[in-house]
Amino acid sequence: MNAISARGLRKSYGDKVVLGGIDFDVEEGSVFALLGPNGAGKTTIVNILCTLITPDAGSATVAGADLAQNPDGIRRAIGVTGQFSAVDDLLNGEENLMLMADLHRLPRRKSRAKVAGLLERFELTEAAKAVPSTYSGGMRRKLDLAMTLVGDPRVIFLDEPTTGLDPRSRQAMWDIVRDLVARGVTIFLTTQYLDEADHLADRIAVLDHGRIIAEGTPEQLKRRVPGGHVELSFTDTDALRRAATDLGVSPVGEAGLTLQLPTDGSVASLRALLDRLEGVAVEAIAVHTPDLEDVFLVLTGHQPETEAVK
Amino acid sequence: MTTAEDFPMRDSLIMLRRNLRHMQRYPTLTLMLLGQPILFLLLFVYVFGGTLGNGLGDAASPGATGRAAYIGFVAPTILIITITGAILGTAISVAMDMTRGIMARFRTMSISKASVLTGHVIGTLMQTAMGLAVVLGVALAVGFRPSAGPLDWLAVIGLLLLVTVALTWMAVALGLKAKSVETASNTPLIFTLLPFLGSGFVPNGSLPAGLRWFAEYQPFTPVIETVRGLLLGTPIGDKWLLAVGWCALFTLLGYVWSRSLFREERVR
Repeated sequence: MNAISARGLRKSYGDKVVLGGIDFDVEEGSVFALLGPNGAGKTTIVNILCTLITPDAGSATVAGADLAQNPDGIRRAIGVTGQFSAVDDLLNGEENLMLMADLHRLPRRKSRAKVAGLLERFELTEAAKAVPSTYSGGMRRKLDLAMTLVGDPRVIFLDEPTTGLDPRSRQAMWDIVRDLVARGVTIFLTTQYLDEADHLADRIAVLDHGRIIAEGTPEQLKRRVPGGHVELSFTDTDALRRAATDLGVSPVGEAGLTLQLPTDGSVASLRALLDRLEGVAVEAIAVHTPDLEDVFLVLTGHQPETEAVK
Repeated sequence: MTTAEDFPMRDSLIMLRRNLRHMQRYPTLTLMLLGQPILFLLLFVYVFGGTLGNGLGDAASPGATGRAAYIGFVAPTILIITITGAILGTAISVAMDMTRGIMARFRTMSISKASVLTGHVIGTLMQTAMGLAVVLGVALAVGFRPSAGPLDWLAVIGLLLLVTVALTWMAVALGLKAKSVETASNTPLIFTLLPFLGSGFVPNGSLPAGLRWFAEYQPFTPVIETVRGLLLGTPIGDKWLLAVGWCALFTLLGYVWSRSLFREERVR
């Protein structure tokens, strides 16, 4: 059973095509990651699926409700946490959660229990009476997500949930996502962090310029890249130069003391490589298995433009 | 099966509670908006009042001269300025909602969307009513002596309510239209300025020809003169009809404009 399915979603703003026909299915209880650089159209897809904007063409169902026929059915089933904070800055943490409980029409006593439980679960109990402007980025994001969870959504959209967070908060967010999945929730995640998709998702769709250019499990995607590379480090430029001559490659970087060579990852090829370097002092050797950055390079011919202007 | 639109009242009440809590938590804005008309009142009565009051001529309430006459003349204007000041807060808080992520959250929830605006409108009405009571109290304390009977008072309250509703919807629209909170805190100032370009502070007759023409026809003139007439017992004629008409027009305009702006697609 699919929690989300999209067919032929298109959206343009004037001449600019943001989405050029998007199709995908997300199985119930799984994590689906939409991976792509800024400006690829990730947020537009989220905004369409959570009923904020209407597509120019195409159809979609979310949690069994049709986007065009029954948007309110979708709203009843989903929760959204975007990359922009959606908390009320003039209410404290607890009041923000109570506001959500009221809007979800929970009975008073149930609201209180629910809010206390969420504050506890997200380690916000101490900050409950403080306004979000005093929170750290990680706490803010947690409050944001806690507000999303008040209504017990079956499908959760997380639009770049860890963008701008420090590594520790990021790890905490990942743990929360895993916990949600364990409770049977379907997660639709967008990210520009390749390792994030790799760690969390059951399936990944790679989005580039409004089109899905690849889709599959993280393993399937990685298999599409022929191999990784070996990185050799040397103690001095002399050793580097000798190795470079022996192997017939040029050093990477100006001041770097490393060489990069393609490899199929097998032990035999690695041994053959080291044999050719007889007599040269190699300080360290690192084997890089292909990661999603390599995938992106192979699929699009360009690096993900993560530095693009926001 | 229940849908979002089954609970517009309930959602509006929740949003009203949210707005009242905002006002309660951050009283600075409320106090500032309330302080302005009081400052104007004191300034006009004590600094300009002595001189202006002697120049009122026919516009003065019977038998009064100088400062005492001017209090009677200017107090109704100050009540209107209290409203134009209060709606500044409405435009600001609407713009704050629209430029922050919280609005996107509301839009993805199964709730009555209009309740966000209704909450602002009812919140402003309550805030303005309190403001008007306080400003009237100050006016009475500094010597305002209205001659209105109970029915006149009822009519004054009714008209002030109409003006508040009309200007609040205009402020909601301006708040929705504004791209930033800063813009929203400027555009509604036009409503505070208008009473100056009319019979708000000096009689129309004392204005130069071009300005007098504008003053005759601008919406605040019949509104202020009706309130003044009801409170002081000076003749109103059919100005009250014009006043009510202007209120109805602004309410309709503000409401329709707000609704269309609110329905525009926004992602934030």
